[in-house]
Amino acid sequence: MLGRGKRYLKDRLIGSLLFLAALSSVGVTTGIVAILVFESAPFFGHVSLWEFLTDTIWTPLFADPHYGILPLVSGTLVTTGVALAVALPVGTMIAIYLSEYAPFALREIIKPVLELLSAVPTVVYGYFALLFVTPLLQRLFPELPTFSMLSAGIVMGVMIIPYVSSLSEDAMRAVPMLLREGAYALGANKMITSIRVVYPAALSGIGAAYILGISRAIGETMIVAIAAGMQPNFTLNPAQPAATITAYIVQVSMGDLPHGSIGYQSIFAAGLTLFLMTLGFNILGHMLRKRFREAY
Amino acid sequence: MTDTSRLIARRRRQDLVFNVAGVVCTLLGIITLGALLVDLLWAGLTRINWQFLTSFPSRNAANAGVLSAWVGSLLLMLVTVSLAVPLGVAAGVYLEEYARKHWITTIIEINIANLAGVPSIIYGLMALGLLVYQFHLGQTLLVGGITLALLILPVVIVATREALRAIPIGIREAAYALGATRWQVIKDHLLPYSAGGIATGTIIAMSRAIGETAPLVTIGALTFIAFLPPSPVQAEFPFVNLRWLNSPFSVLPIQMFNWVSRPTPDFHRNAAAAGLVLILMTLSLNAAAIAIRYRLRRRIKW
Repeated sequence: MLGRGKRYLKDRLIGSLLFLAALSSVGVTTGIVAILVFESAPFFGHVSLWEFLTDTIWTPLFADPHYGILPLVSGTLVTTGVALAVALPVGTMIAIYLSEYAPFALREIIKPVLELLSAVPTVVYGYFALLFVTPLLQRLFPELPTFSMLSAGIVMGVMIIPYVSSLSEDAMRAVPMLLREGAYALGANKMITSIRVVYPAALSGIGAAYILGISRAIGETMIVAIAAGMQPNFTLNPAQPAATITAYIVQVSMGDLPHGSIGYQSIFAAGLTLFLMTLGFNILGHMLRKRFREAY
Repeated sequence: MTDTSRLIARRRRQDLVFNVAGVVCTLLGIITLGALLVDLLWAGLTRINWQFLTSFPSRNAANAGVLSAWVGSLLLMLVTVSLAVPLGVAAGVYLEEYARKHWITTIIEINIANLAGVPSIIYGLMALGLLVYQFHLGQTLLVGGITLALLILPVVIVATREALRAIPIGIREAAYALGATRWQVIKDHLLPYSAGGIATGTIIAMSRAIGETAPLVTIGALTFIAFLPPSPVQAEFPFVNLRWLNSPFSVLPIQMFNWVSRPTPDFHRNAAAAGLVLILMTLSLNAAAIAIRYRLRRRIKW
């Protein structure tokens, strides 16, 4: 039996240990930022920031190297755009349906099933995109190439549906019943109530769900690496193959790249770009949440 | 009057159409999931047999198997969980039970929220630059495990905090009233009561981690491994050894990625079979989490 003083000393000691554990998460962020900056610094010593941001050709490993990140950024944005075109409308409709229309028992069954969509490993989605969705699309559009941003983007959209629908539904269900009853009393039907009353009232939560979907899509790797091809291609046409930032990192990592080579440095420069893009969206999401917050 | 009833009828029709659209969207998600599973089963089910599960990868598609891949996946999960759970639970307990409102606490909280939004491949780059090249740890199970542990850390922390928050304040007050220190309250009451919730969150995080490919490809996990890591248990004292931590490894998703990237249909069938094994692992983890959550809901009534 420890004495009173010793027991409290022990309590303080354990408190400090737990604090260190909590602080370690800040260490992870610091580590990420430090490594990305430290490893890509030699790259930016070699390539000017201007060339990096404006050149439209990305061929760091070729004999005639070009270091323009734009083709990778365009690939990332186009696949993300296609994914959002699928996930935002479908995810929002599912959220409205589950929150406003579906009977309780049905919702309790459908929710976990939909969650499974985000539990499927992304490499399996890649397989599905390349060997199921692409052939299917090729029946509709015979000129579609084997690798295309379209098919990778569609499958990526399906993957992020649950991220959008689940959070949006939570936000809509948190809207007080009184607002709906007010709308019904004025003669609105469920559709008008959902679109004109519930959706705007839940906008801050729904916006957060959208932003989460966007940053998932930007950072998604395996689906695009498998199904969109790995050729950097500066185009906005989704029917073409192209590499994303993530696909480029995977492609280079698979080869045997010596530490300190320009190719090695280039994946950190690409990674830094990706990190800044997702960070930007996360901050935007934070601001949106504050801006559209409705407190009841 | 007829105008009104016509208006009402139109509104009803409008509502019905919208309802049907909602059902169609929901079905779209479910049908896609079904199509994916059927497609995998169609292509891969006949490939799954004892030989497939007990063979190493091979240049010949018919002889190739996933032995090193599934063993690697399981060992990697072992490392991941043993690192992420103590660290994540400790951090969660600190933030929920110890932390006072302080600028450091605020920074930690914002930081955890942001970490959850960092793409997984960035964790791979961090591990490559820091663990592989700065600390010279090599492309080993240990490095892979650390990478995935850091990746799921925010999930474990959030799960811990939510489980702790669900415990009524009365439990804590009763224990303090009897003279318990904060740590005694946590150790004897809060952790046992929140264990189920923490386990559920951790298992869900593991089901994501087991399918992670990108960060492991980035640190340079191999795609062709024709041996198993040294066994973690041995016949002589001290019965466990840690040499396996320093072994190179492959995992199921990387094996599948390797096969799907090849042009021949034979390897695509292997990829489908590997995908089925992988999905089976993911689904059993999810099922375990749901089972724990269900039992918990029935048992605990504050």
